[in-house]
Amino acid sequence: MVQGIAQLAQDLRAKKISAAELSAQTLATARAHANLNAFITLDEKGAAAMAQRADARLAAGTASVLTGIPFAHKDIFCTSGVRTTCASRMLENFVPPYDASVVERLNGAHAVAVGKTNMDEFAMGSSNENSAFGPARNPWDVTRVPGGSSGGSAAAVAAGIVPFATGTDTGGSIRQPAAFCGITGLKPTYGRVSRFGMIAFASSLDCGGVLARSAADCAHVLACIAGHDARDATSVDRPLDDYVAALSTTLQGIRIGVAREYFGAGIDAGVAAAVQAALQECEKLGATLVDITLPHAALAIPAYYVIAPAEASSNLARYDGVRYGHRCAEPRSLEDLYTRSRSEGFGAEVQRRILVGAYALSAGYYDAYYLRAQRVRRLIANDFAAAFAQVDLIAGPATPSVAFKLGEKSNDPLAMYAADVNTVAVNLAGLPAISIPSGVSENLPVGLQLIAPAFAESALLAAAHQFQLATDWHLREPRA
Amino acid sequence: MSIDHATVRRIARLARLAVADGAIEHLAGELNGVLGLADQLAAADVAGIEPMAHPHEQTLVWRADKVTETDRADAFLALAPDARGGLYLVPKVIE
Repeated sequence: MVQGIAQLAQDLRAKKISAAELSAQTLATARAHANLNAFITLDEKGAAAMAQRADARLAAGTASVLTGIPFAHKDIFCTSGVRTTCASRMLENFVPPYDASVVERLNGAHAVAVGKTNMDEFAMGSSNENSAFGPARNPWDVTRVPGGSSGGSAAAVAAGIVPFATGTDTGGSIRQPAAFCGITGLKPTYGRVSRFGMIAFASSLDCGGVLARSAADCAHVLACIAGHDARDATSVDRPLDDYVAALSTTLQGIRIGVAREYFGAGIDAGVAAAVQAALQECEKLGATLVDITLPHAALAIPAYYVIAPAEASSNLARYDGVRYGHRCAEPRSLEDLYTRSRSEGFGAEVQRRILVGAYALSAGYYDAYYLRAQRVRRLIANDFAAAFAQVDLIAGPATPSVAFKLGEKSNDPLAMYAADVNTVAVNLAGLPAISIPSGVSENLPVGLQLIAPAFAESALLAAAHQFQLATDWHLREPRA
Repeated sequence: MSIDHATVRRIARLARLAVADGAIEHLAGELNGVLGLADQLAAADVAGIEPMAHPHEQTLVWRADKVTETDRADAFLALAPDARGGLYLVPKVIE
């Protein structure tokens, strides 16, 4: 039985285990699950030092709930002195000279980072197969993908290696792997968590968040990582709710909008049935289900696959082989240096997105693609605003299917993109959303996605927590 | 809108990516697939809709024009594939 943050915090205080022992145990479990390829880097030395500091805090009685709790960072967050690769050859040997804000905050709470998790290169992908370090595997069935891009984080939590891991979500990269691995994944409101030190993919969509066993654990972590940061100009300066206290709000009288578009063609019957059953459970707990419509939902994937590549092509222009990252051998000219360094450093999907983005932003196509996608983005945001005038939360399946097989979609970019059909719209609108385990189909986990209005993370976490008090889907563990 | 080989070469050059001749055909097919997806946007009625560049209506933050960072030039130069004497080194540009 894998323990949650609150239980571990209690055990640490009761001296049933020390932070040093817990951290050593975590690293041993990580090594025992090497077949999952969930980690790119394990940081034994750093973990030991952090655990020692955590034990001192615990002894002094100055510990917070996260003090001494082991966890992992997605390898997209810069960690001072610890290699940060973004799962790319481009950054294979990159050792950042500073910490991301999310890293700094968790260090400040004396949580114990044990390593950096595998992911799709530069967070571009939905299966973790686009990693330069090989795919991570799904602990429920190692012939299947864990989802992506935060696949290593999801696999590490699902396998019981760590109680939580950080992740990022640009189009579903926290929620989709959480759904595939049977865990809880929270994507906060855009701007709620600082992007400083989080390697950029699509800056108007990128959002840091957390993957954990339960909504309660997500609340503890969000309380630590959320908040204004002057070093990120898009970070929102707005007071935080007490996410943990809010968990006790019941579902009584909560109106849940069931978006019929989220149950459309392409959604597996088994997934739809599991999610419908979960919604009936919410109804039993006092929620009211309301049939709603999001008329532009079908345009979310097209809009996303213009906007995200456009922003990526701009963001990834910084990898020039000059200041950091991969440089080709014996460049003949500056142009040759740029071109060969980038072609050798980036994988196929990253190059594909850069090219799509460069095309969408190029003269003659900017209006037809990029500007039009931005107008559709507003239509999608308006759909959500209209729906939230009637309901408190919106629900649907997080993913159209359960975890697919490794290699099943890796040669078909469009089939892979379709895995994000129910998640990308949330990023376009900048809203918070959570995926929680809500049943099984084909013996594999199914995720229920709940979406809330901007900055209503409390409502999201409370609803998820109430569901988890009444069900045990989130407590089920894979055999791997 | 269909992307031909010349267009693949042009955007690859814009993006400073090398595409081998043998890979152009396959890549053109893939890019056409993605842009086919984007072409679905043409179906939307966007008359009078303002483009949305960002989730929140935020204004850029002003700050005092003061140095807030310490000088860490050495730490950053240490990351460079080739740097000497406080400078990044690249192949000669002007003959």
